[in-house]
Amino acid sequence: MVAVSSPPIEGDRPTREDPNSRAGRRPPRAGRRSIARLLPIAPSIVLLALFMAGPVIWAVVISFTDTALTGRSAREPQWVGLDNYVDLVTDRDFPVSLLLTVVFVLGSAVIGQNLVGLGLALLMAKANRTVRAVVGTTVVAAWVLPEIVAAFAAYAYFADDGTLNQLLGAIGIDGANWLYDFPMLAVILANVWRGTAFSMLVYEAALNDVPPEITEAAVVDGASGAKRLWWVTIPMIRPSIATNLMLITLQTLAVFTLIWVMTKGGPGMASSTLPVFAYQEAFKFQQIGYGSAIAVVMIVVGAAFSIAYIRMLRPERRS
Amino acid sequence: MSLASPRRAVASTARNLALALIGVCFLVPLAWLVLASIDTNPSQRTELPEGLTLDHYAAVLTPEGTLLPLWNSTLLSTGSALVTVVVAVLAAYPLSRYRSRFNTPYLYAILFGTCLPITAIMVPVYSLFVRLGYLDNLAAVTFFMAATSLPMAIWMMKNFMDSVPVSLEEAAWVDGASAMGTLRRIVVPLMRPGIAVVFIFVFIQAWGNFFVPFILLLSPAKQPAAVSIYSFFGQYGTVAYGELAAFSLLYSLPVIALYVLVSRGIGGSFALQGAVKG
Repeated sequence: MVAVSSPPIEGDRPTREDPNSRAGRRPPRAGRRSIARLLPIAPSIVLLALFMAGPVIWAVVISFTDTALTGRSAREPQWVGLDNYVDLVTDRDFPVSLLLTVVFVLGSAVIGQNLVGLGLALLMAKANRTVRAVVGTTVVAAWVLPEIVAAFAAYAYFADDGTLNQLLGAIGIDGANWLYDFPMLAVILANVWRGTAFSMLVYEAALNDVPPEITEAAVVDGASGAKRLWWVTIPMIRPSIATNLMLITLQTLAVFTLIWVMTKGGPGMASSTLPVFAYQEAFKFQQIGYGSAIAVVMIVVGAAFSIAYIRMLRPERRS
Repeated sequence: MSLASPRRAVASTARNLALALIGVCFLVPLAWLVLASIDTNPSQRTELPEGLTLDHYAAVLTPEGTLLPLWNSTLLSTGSALVTVVVAVLAAYPLSRYRSRFNTPYLYAILFGTCLPITAIMVPVYSLFVRLGYLDNLAAVTFFMAATSLPMAIWMMKNFMDSVPVSLEEAAWVDGASAMGTLRRIVVPLMRPGIAVVFIFVFIQAWGNFFVPFILLLSPAKQPAAVSIYSFFGQYGTVAYGELAAFSLLYSLPVIALYVLVSRGIGGSFALQGAVKG
């Protein structure tokens, strides 16, 4: 799964507040004793094995069967080998869904949340204190709200008779029926609105850690604002950018509720990203086996990102 | 800066204006929630209420309307947060205090678990719950939600525990205390803020979770607010926007309050550090 032979994770992290807490003060003498010491981990292993590893393994198993929601295939599912995966490759809807997922992740996370979050953090660093507090609270509020509430608010905003068209009407523009004509744009903007706070908080913290001397030195050397940003600030916060990109990509990959409430994945397939697609195949078309094959694909994509992320957390990356 | 050049003053004003403008964009959908909930004639538009009313709140504040779903949410969130915190403290202790061959692979698995998109596994989870007979079982769903937040909780808890000095425990060990005794009497009291952060973090996640109970809990009597609010949405053909907004706000209040508690009371960046920096 991952490179297990590498040095222990705890030794890798230099930000240790108290050197006393270094593990391994007392090396285990006997095997039995070390097992006794590891006993408190047991409940977590049981829970994780039953409810995390279990479903992952189960997904792989039933993706090779024709398990259905009801009927005979629900009671006695048959092995169908790679049929579900063959269907997946030949299904016209699957590549569409995959593409929509990529568009959704790139548009709302990598470009939207990431850049708006960075922009907000940069503006905030030099803004008036009151403006900063008010805007910061507003942005965070959209993030703290439960997802379903945020989805309702976004629905009312983009609905045909909703707030966006009301605002556009006020300046003389006849707005579109966003949720029907441009569903991807609507859900992408909604996800930017909802999720930007996370990137903003990460970048605010990162910018706080950039020593002011370095920026001042660049000012003395006559670097303009844009040049300072590109050549000094961005390279200084690069680790935070990488971490942030990875985390928001994984979060956005998993978004279901927002899209489900706003468009139900429609019209047709027009906004069915992979989680919505898997849900529809499994529960609307009752094909649990096929839905699980989609789940396996998502797990593999998620795993690829996780491994990249875990490798990044190791200090060797800071070369 | 009173001595700033006019050019710089203009730039500063432009920055504040740009920030305020973005802020307004973020504010409008939120304002709709509040305004629609007290408007006598609510719609999807964001406008000043024609008349103020609390009728929408009165209409939803009924036992089966909101109180039972909110109670179910409380059970589910408190239950999974409690299970997660207890299991995470137990697991974090050996990981933080002893070095073992087992630690590294376990921590990698935990990190891996934090990255797993839960929505991706809901179809197989449903099938697994059917097979195990756990469907519509509040306790099983509670444990499932605890398990999904466990990787992040263990990770955060281990980081918090690492910053508790080991010297006090060593003194207790010399006096003959057991490992579990020192964990309970020394480590846990010292890391109370960290435990509170993890508890609230899991609670907020569980409280806002829609997809998991939507799939796994079938009978309305067991569904938490996240799911019952959804059936509220468009149940009678047209959406009752005033009541939807009122219910949404009632349902959001606890997590907003808890978030403020964490960010103000226990330390904002501190909490995020435990989660992000790893």
